[in-house]
Amino acid sequence: MAKPTDDIAYVRATEAPLLPAPPGMVGIQGWVRGNLFYSPLSSIATIVFGSFFLWLIIGTLQWAVVSAVWTGSDREACLVEGSGACWPFVTAKFAQWIYGFYPIDQRWRVNLFFLLSVAGLIPMLMPQVPYKLWNAAFLVGVLPLVTLVLLTGGNFDFSMLSYVAVLAVVAVCAALTLGWSWLQGEGIELAGLRNWVIVGAVVLAGMLFLDMDFGLVPVETSQWGGLLVTLVVSATGIVASLPLGIVLALGRRSDMPVVKTFSVVFIEVWRGVPLITVLFMASVMLPLFLPPGTSFDKLLRALVGVGLFSAAYMAEVVRGGLQAIPKGQYEGAMALGLSYWQTMGKIILPQALKISIPNIVGNFISLFKDTTLVSIIGLFDLLGIVRAGLKDSIWSAPSVVPTGYFSLALMFWIFCFGMSRYAIYTERRLHTGHKR
Amino acid sequence: MAQPAPNLTISDEVAVQISSMNKWYGEFHVLRDINLTVYKGERIVICGPSGSGKSTLIRCINRLEEHQKGDIVVDGVPLTNDLKKIDEVRREVGMVFQHFNLFPHLTVLENLTLAPIWVRKMPKKEAEEAAMKYLTRVKIPEQALKYPGQLSGGQQQRVAIARSLCMNPKIMLFDEPTSALDPEMIKEVLEVMVDLAQSGMTMLCVTHEMGFAKQVANRVIFMDQGQIIEQNSPNEFFTNPKSERTKLFLSQILH
Repeated sequence: MAKPTDDIAYVRATEAPLLPAPPGMVGIQGWVRGNLFYSPLSSIATIVFGSFFLWLIIGTLQWAVVSAVWTGSDREACLVEGSGACWPFVTAKFAQWIYGFYPIDQRWRVNLFFLLSVAGLIPMLMPQVPYKLWNAAFLVGVLPLVTLVLLTGGNFDFSMLSYVAVLAVVAVCAALTLGWSWLQGEGIELAGLRNWVIVGAVVLAGMLFLDMDFGLVPVETSQWGGLLVTLVVSATGIVASLPLGIVLALGRRSDMPVVKTFSVVFIEVWRGVPLITVLFMASVMLPLFLPPGTSFDKLLRALVGVGLFSAAYMAEVVRGGLQAIPKGQYEGAMALGLSYWQTMGKIILPQALKISIPNIVGNFISLFKDTTLVSIIGLFDLLGIVRAGLKDSIWSAPSVVPTGYFSLALMFWIFCFGMSRYAIYTERRLHTGHKR
Repeated sequence: MAQPAPNLTISDEVAVQISSMNKWYGEFHVLRDINLTVYKGERIVICGPSGSGKSTLIRCINRLEEHQKGDIVVDGVPLTNDLKKIDEVRREVGMVFQHFNLFPHLTVLENLTLAPIWVRKMPKKEAEEAAMKYLTRVKIPEQALKYPGQLSGGQQQRVAIARSLCMNPKIMLFDEPTSALDPEMIKEVLEVMVDLAQSGMTMLCVTHEMGFAKQVANRVIFMDQGQIIEQNSPNEFFTNPKSERTKLFLSQILH
């Protein structure tokens, strides 16, 4: 009798045909079946959550659109029984939400600031636009100075002494670096000297610019408010936190004990303190330590506090990214003879920052929202100004409060959602790993 | 069958001089009393069981690992803590790794031109021309604009070899270059290495490819437990091993 294993030899003589996928696996029908109703539990979940979202959307639309009040000049319009959102309140207050108490005849300066920021930011965010380096220099170098002059009025009246002091600092730095390279036996490099002359010239130009009288009416920062303050505080925090955070993260992984200890202490101290405390310290306690008579601007103190605070968080995010880079990348770079800074700048950081994008943007978003805390130290940011408007007796109606907070949430959401989408776009654009 | 190594000229100039070198990982003595003189033009294959210190040895030659005792002199430059000397050595010594260590965020061409541009200060155009020359030599010029993640393992390793060659190294170190490859891809990498060996490059290869050793090496070194146990010409080494440890090793890897 023949055993079943006797006949194991087999050679395929014809190609097996390539068949289309069975119906119900592809197309809309396939998607619905594969994603919404692929098991009894998934069907129940789809129906339950689907009806919940439907209820939520219908309810919101009902309140915000269908039964909303659209016109009116005071609370009377919104006191109608059963009416929804009170939009005339928003129309009446909107300018204040944007500009705060900035003098009305000077609002063009804020508008110009918004315009310049958008003009600088949009080409920066579009990868296909060239001259990124110049663009970045405009955003972090020129724009802050122009903004400062534009919004405060400039004309800072630096004393002769401060000019001398700043130039002396630059000269000392130059002498130290040149002296160091001379001690190393490399001789004095003219290129190094030239770089320091450029640094000195740029600093001097910046100071002269701030010192100049452009004939602008001075506007105290206490008059700033609304979206303007929110944007200034969060933009400063974002722009300051990333480079500082990168330096701190590298410092924390450094082999040099002093650098490492400094970074660890800095990060842990700032991360260990709530932002509210930092802001209180900046506004209430800092003046106690300063010699009497010196006064720092309240907004400036908040800016410094927010910047350093977010830098500490950013440092840990970047460190996480650095730790994810395999040792082989360092070895590959070192074996080619790249220096530490070349390895970091060209190989490690580009990859580490790419991995960290979701967390970096998460930090930006939470920083953007945390700026609302400055309202606690008496700065009228977007939240502060909206709340101040709610107390207006002309607009005292039950539907005004939810309308105000709803609009506030919507404004914050638009900014945060924009950042989040841009981050996802960037992540996809930089993805080179394993697309085949 | 064992082919005799091609008759390439080996200079009497010293490329690498290692004398009485010792290395510890913490308490663990990984390299013990290593003495090795490599002459220019030599093709040396280092083999041995895993954990025998062969990778550590060649990683000491470009100071990816620090040795604690004894001397290593590479192309006349002694390896000490002097960072300048280390950079000088690394510029002249190319290294190919088991896991390629290509930079995934850069294209193949950028991988190749990065070090020439930033370390050798070569103009970009010149660096790109040189890169294309070496990509042609490893037979993948058409992949220049792809990212490493889009290539097969064998192609990635050939890119890694080309990347090292772009620095015009005097010595090439190979750390198990084919161990992470699928069997189908080993051959294409070995062909490039054979070609390189026949061009007269000084090479130190940690590898288990005994066919490669027989074909191109002029010397085979066997290491075990951090020591050099035996070294000989490939013919003698494979047909007439002297030490018992070598015989055991060979009986286990040659089927």
